[in-house]
Amino acid sequence: MVNDTSFAPWDDPQERPLIRFQNVTKRFGDFVAIDDLTLDIYQREFFALLGPSGCGKTTMMRMLAGFEEPTDGMIELAGEDIAHVPPNKRAVNMMFQSYALFPHLSVWDNVAFGLRRESRDKDAIAERVEQMLKLTRLEKFAGRKPHQISGGQRQRVALARSLAKAPKLLLLDEPLGALDAKLRQATQFELMDIQEKTGTTFVIVTHDQEEAMTVASRVAVMDEGRVMQVATPEQIYEAPNSTYVADFIGDVNLIEGRAKPNGGGAYHINWAEGQAPFEAKSDMVLSEGQRCHLALRPEKVGIQPNKPEEVNAVQGKVLDIAYLGNLSTYHVELSTGQVIKAQTANTNRLSRRDFMWDDPVWVSWSASAGVLLSQ
Amino acid sequence: MGQLERKRGGAPVAMRRLTLITVPYLWLLALFLIPFAIVFKISLSDIALAIPPYTPTMEDGLWALLSQLDFENFVFLTEDDLYWKAYLSSLQIALISTVLTLLVGYPMAYAMARAPEEWRPTLMMLVILPFWTSFLIRVYAWVGILSSEGFLNQFLLWLGIVDTPLKILNTNTAVYVGIVYTYLPFMILPIYAALDRLDGSLIEAAEDLGCSRLEAFWLVTIPLSKNGIIAGCFLVFIPALGEFVIPSLLGGSGTLMIGKVLFEEFFANRDWPVASAVAVILLLILIVPIVLFQRNEQRQAKAEK
Ligand SMILES: Nc1ncnc2c1ncn2[C@@H]1O[C@H](COP(=O)(O)OP(=O)(O)O)[C@@H](O)[C@H]1O
Ligand SMILES: [Mg+2]
Repeated sequence: MVNDTSFAPWDDPQERPLIRFQNVTKRFGDFVAIDDLTLDIYQREFFALLGPSGCGKTTMMRMLAGFEEPTDGMIELAGEDIAHVPPNKRAVNMMFQSYALFPHLSVWDNVAFGLRRESRDKDAIAERVEQMLKLTRLEKFAGRKPHQISGGQRQRVALARSLAKAPKLLLLDEPLGALDAKLRQATQFELMDIQEKTGTTFVIVTHDQEEAMTVASRVAVMDEGRVMQVATPEQIYEAPNSTYVADFIGDVNLIEGRAKPNGGGAYHINWAEGQAPFEAKSDMVLSEGQRCHLALRPEKVGIQPNKPEEVNAVQGKVLDIAYLGNLSTYHVELSTGQVIKAQTANTNRLSRRDFMWDDPVWVSWSASAGVLLSQ
Repeated sequence: MGQLERKRGGAPVAMRRLTLITVPYLWLLALFLIPFAIVFKISLSDIALAIPPYTPTMEDGLWALLSQLDFENFVFLTEDDLYWKAYLSSLQIALISTVLTLLVGYPMAYAMARAPEEWRPTLMMLVILPFWTSFLIRVYAWVGILSSEGFLNQFLLWLGIVDTPLKILNTNTAVYVGIVYTYLPFMILPIYAALDRLDGSLIEAAEDLGCSRLEAFWLVTIPLSKNGIIAGCFLVFIPALGEFVIPSLLGGSGTLMIGKVLFEEFFANRDWPVASAVAVILLLILIVPIVLFQRNEQRQAKAEK
């Protein structure tokens, strides 16, 4: 889905969103958990809510599931205002952060639980349960109780249970939080696979940016009850709209300076007294002398022993080297005291590393490598 | 090195473990088995006009003692239908009051578990508070409430709901009221403990999967508080079966309970052997629910592991 460039209903004005948040505010007493949120989520999307702990992700999910009512504003599901629809009457299922498996029921009965509420046809239920167990590869554990299976298996039971009723919308609240890195990655791909097979709309909550980037068709980055940016993972990474988003997603160099328009979307950024300005391109219109940040991803910054031909090049010395196996990140201290991170791929073995601590080096990047941010 | 140390520490550790195991058994022996053996022995003796009022006693020598014991008293219990009627009636009263206590106690425990966190210690205190006054006084207070001139009747007369005072005191109804009132905390506390442990997101999950509030209660809350319900029922049923004070103070001439029969045999008739036989049978009846109760507790402990 991520690489499927043709899937972009949010760009199509004809498309009706499945979920519409319209100026939704949620207060707990005086505390504003969700602040005037407006957001559309489309059918078949894998939508990720990303943000630090306490920013209101779970609250948003709980409003969609029907456990909380918005204080202000309206939430529409498939064109219908769902404010007063109780949770059991919504075509929405939720996979809980804690899994919330019924401890007194077997895996089989957990998965069948929702189906039994709507149908009495035993054969149809059995067939659907078997299908779900197969999908999540749990056939062998059907007779076990939740406390008799591993954490990863429990998580799959929770997924099977929430998928069994074929909801229009599936909410996943930090579904992989309890898993270790390897299992987590495998499960992410499994989730994407299942999403594609079932065609359900997924909204996933996570505070792990890598997870959001891996699974999502679009990502909403949240902070203190507000959505800072909604875009595809590529856009969020390559074209963040604020220093908050740029800083939250991945590693970034933020260089503060003042803009000087040069015409044709080109700018000079005066970033330090007595230093040559950096050149940058931007679609954004900045006025003369406007304060801005240049956001540079470390992998777009080159590092060389001699002065390169690049338009932006500054000298410094190696302060720190972070060896990440496949990559190395060099922290280069400039004469102004600023530190710029540059990342290189380790195609050579460690013994042939090019730079050592305190080596004088040049860091450089092209005019289009960075993103100019005004906020 | 490690092994050597373990060997040296071996003896005291084994000793300590042995002591730990023997202490409760000694306790059981001293406080339960020995008194039971004495009562059992008396139940096999004959009534006598003496002190103590039965023969044979230890003074007759061991052989005479053993040869004179017989099951006469137990046979007597089967001949007079007073006894088995009293047992049956006790079972019935204990059973009905257990169900009533459950019906009153469950909603209270549920409300406590649902109450805001900061209220719970206070509510818990209120449940335990009655234990701070004498049980006898509390039961006696019900006489003042339930009698024809009691508070309840005066209140009902004042409201105009009844014209003549209701006869509640000295009926089985009063006994039920007394038992429910007295044993309510024993029902509430285990159920509250079970409900308190219940993860609220399970109820939300049930609702999310299509349950109404009531269905979620039946399908999730009740099954997950089952162990608390079972524990509470046994804690009420077992003492209620042999209850003596409540039927004597609140019950009437028609209230037949084995505790009362026992008391009368001991103190009114001074027939210790028959009274002991009654007590032995009562204990045998109680062993069934006690064993079931223990099994439930063990199963619960295992499930939690
Ligand atoms: N029922 C509630 N009462 C009061 N405050 C709440 C309640 N639920 C959530 N909050 C507050 O709302 C904020 C957002 O919570 P939440 O949505 O759970 O955050 P997240 O899932 O992003 O970590 C937190 O500061 C939390 O303390
Ligand atoms: Mg959360």
